[in-house]
Amino acid sequence: MEVTFYIASAVAVYATIMVITRHNLIHALLYLVLSFMAVAVVFYILGAPFIAALEVIMYAGAIVVLIIFVIMMLNLKAEAVEQERKWLSRGIFIGPAVLSLILLVELLYVVTASGVSSSGYPMVDAKAVGMSLYGPYVIGVELSGILLMSGIVGAYHLGRQKKKIVHRFLEKAEE
Amino acid sequence: MDDVPIESGLVLASILFILGMIGVLTRRNIIFMLISVEIMLNAAGLAFIVAGAKWAQADGQVMFIFILTMAAAEVSVGLALILQIYHQLKTLDSDAASKMNG
Amino acid sequence: MMDLLWLVPALPFLGALVLILFGTRISRTMVAVIGVGSVGLAALITILVGTTFISSSESSFNLLLWSWIDVAGFSPSFALHLDPLSLIFIFVITFVGFLIHVYSTAFMAGDEGFSRFFAYLNLFVCSMLFLVLADNLLLLYLGWEGVGLCSFLLIGFWYEDKNNGDAARKAFIVTRVGDTAMAIGLFMLFDAFGTLAIPEILAQAPQVWTVGSQTAVIIALLLLGGAVGKSAQLPLQTWLPDAMAGPSPVSALIHAATMVTAGVYLIARMHVMFELAPLAQQCVAIIGAVTLLLAGFSALTQYDLKRVLAYSTISQIGYMFLALGVGAWSAAVFHFMIHAFFKALLFLGAGAVILLLHHEHDMFKMGGLRKKLPAVYWTFLIGAASLAAIPFITAGFYSKDNILWLTFASEKGNVWFFLAALFGAFITSAYTFRMVFVTFFGEAKSTVTHRAGNLMTVPLVVLAILSLVGGFIELPHTIGHLELLSDLLSPVLPSVILRPGIASAEWAIQSISIILSLSGVYLAYYFYLKKPALPGKIKSSFAGIHHIWFTGWGFDVLYQTIFIRPFVWLSTMYKGDPVDKCYTGIVLLTDFMHRVFAKTQGGILRWYIMGLVIGAIFILTLGLLL
Repeated sequence: MEVTFYIASAVAVYATIMVITRHNLIHALLYLVLSFMAVAVVFYILGAPFIAALEVIMYAGAIVVLIIFVIMMLNLKAEAVEQERKWLSRGIFIGPAVLSLILLVELLYVVTASGVSSSGYPMVDAKAVGMSLYGPYVIGVELSGILLMSGIVGAYHLGRQKKKIVHRFLEKAEE
Repeated sequence: MDDVPIESGLVLASILFILGMIGVLTRRNIIFMLISVEIMLNAAGLAFIVAGAKWAQADGQVMFIFILTMAAAEVSVGLALILQIYHQLKTLDSDAASKMNG
Repeated sequence: MMDLLWLVPALPFLGALVLILFGTRISRTMVAVIGVGSVGLAALITILVGTTFISSSESSFNLLLWSWIDVAGFSPSFALHLDPLSLIFIFVITFVGFLIHVYSTAFMAGDEGFSRFFAYLNLFVCSMLFLVLADNLLLLYLGWEGVGLCSFLLIGFWYEDKNNGDAARKAFIVTRVGDTAMAIGLFMLFDAFGTLAIPEILAQAPQVWTVGSQTAVIIALLLLGGAVGKSAQLPLQTWLPDAMAGPSPVSALIHAATMVTAGVYLIARMHVMFELAPLAQQCVAIIGAVTLLLAGFSALTQYDLKRVLAYSTISQIGYMFLALGVGAWSAAVFHFMIHAFFKALLFLGAGAVILLLHHEHDMFKMGGLRKKLPAVYWTFLIGAASLAAIPFITAGFYSKDNILWLTFASEKGNVWFFLAALFGAFITSAYTFRMVFVTFFGEAKSTVTHRAGNLMTVPLVVLAILSLVGGFIELPHTIGHLELLSDLLSPVLPSVILRPGIASAEWAIQSISIILSLSGVYLAYYFYLKKPALPGKIKSSFAGIHHIWFTGWGFDVLYQTIFIRPFVWLSTMYKGDPVDKCYTGIVLLTDFMHRVFAKTQGGILRWYIMGLVIGAIFILTLGLLL
């Protein structure tokens, strides 16, 4: 088990290094997903399976998808062609693929090996987290709700294309 | 398994955090900077989880959930900003957005 | 008839108001009619009110006009108080003021500020009347400051010349020193009595304080400070010689006849206070004695005709103070009245001479005017004789003799005061006739193109007559023994208490004073007519003393050194705002730091993050190290 931790750690570190050194955004994102996956494995090993699941769903899923959406919206024309060409080269996929495989193996081992949860790090399951979250931390939950709300509002406000709304008389006057 | 020391987890969190920081500092592309910030946030979350595991408490995970929430809000606002900047400046270069210089 | 009293100050005020508002739009004749007429009517009403008052045999008459304010038991009324003392003063003010106004119409005829002049002059008369008619000290203070203001305005009347403005400011600031002392005295009086009404204070004071009480002495000294400032006595006398920068009628009215005697009036009015404070009263006498001598010596050395008269005025007011100081209250008032006549006459005469010689002030450049200006000469001679106390025929003789005698004979007098007064009388006649001989005798040194008109001559003649016959209302025991003025004043001012067994010496004192004043005349005759070269020789051999006397005993230099220089030095020090420098320094530092740190605000996001990281590292390092 100790070994799995270190392997997952190594994958995470390597993937992260790859993220920050890539020239291509999509490649970087692929490595980013990998890095999150590796961290998720670490969470699992540390006895937090609920958080491991959240890590995969939120970080590796939602946030990365959001970034990809934005990249698509930006429609980077000159670079897009260049990127397209690079995406097709097989060498690019090797790194993430290898790392992913390592992680996969690891996961398989961890999941199949018995007595994971009964090890030195006791499992703190979703129920305990939920009880804590809606018990002593309920204020934090409320604040998080406000934060998310403001995030939505802010994102809507900033993301909106500004249309020139000028009164017709004023428009004439400006001409 | 039993021997995974608490230090190892924290070391991993530190390394990831530093890598994220290096990313923020070195990249000029704003999207890359945003991604690096995500890595840093994730590393901070990892540190909480490690600590929570050490004491077998749910608090660490609760903190992680808060961080996650914040990261989600931050990334949505950040991406909206990136969209605006790109529309205004036609580039993703953060150095181009230096109109507010003293 | 007495209810008309309010018209006396109101008419000049109305005149001033009209002249200030419409002075530039109405003709000069109209200005003169309003300016002179208002004061003339006031004089007429004064005579009416005065005769009614004297025949009514009341001791005082109070006319409440309105109340100023009523706050916490403090309700000073705007009330006029007429008693024999204020009656004499308003008579002199309105009557002499009227004559000077008449004279001014001729004197100022060609001046651009004709209406302004009469506006100020009327305002002055109004303020002065309020000063002497005031029922309470607050109203008195209003008049007191009012005359100070008018004095300032009129000294600096020809303000285009910087020297005149400087003289006006000097007069204002120096008198302000005394006024401040007086204001403090008034506060203390209010503190002690809860009122500023003069009759109440005078009635209550002897019950509240015993003779020599400390508070009474302090208040009396503070009031004396005000009087000293206004009346140009030592040590605040320096402004009066410079005040001669104003037009001659102003010098006659304000700086000889009326305003400068306000101090005398104040002390006479508050005589109860001074009798409760023998120390303060003695101070009055000492100040008077010293001032009359110092100013007399200074007058001996002046060249400027008007400055001689200015020092003479200081000296004569010194006599009045001396009289007040020895308790000869009515003698002081008597001398005030006579002095107002002959000094106004002298100033007007001097003004006429100066005007006709095209603003020539130096009397050594005049000479021989006796034949060219006979009217001015004869009236001036009468005034000078009165000032020099030529015996028997002049009013000045009777008033001054009265003071000399009482200085010697009064219980509070002593031989030193008497000697000072006697020697002062000798100097007075010497410098007076020096002035007369130099100006009107000898050979002519300047040309006179025209003579004084009737408007100038008539006031001179009237004042000359008054200077001659004015003295006959109060004759000494040895000659006739008439005490009209003292009897009139007796309800207000206590009569002087003589030392026992001294009355028989009066004729001896008189003889000495007659001899001295005549010898003073002879001295002037000997030096300036018989041996005109002698004064020059003496002057050159005693150049140091001459210089000290000429500059008024160096008081100007003294004040320049101990007050003005340090003040100017401090001002120049603070002109650069040394205290402010600290704050300016902080501002400059902030500004500098702002510029330095503004450089870091480069708009490059990565640098900001770098800053954050460096900060974090710094804090972590600190945390690890400590």
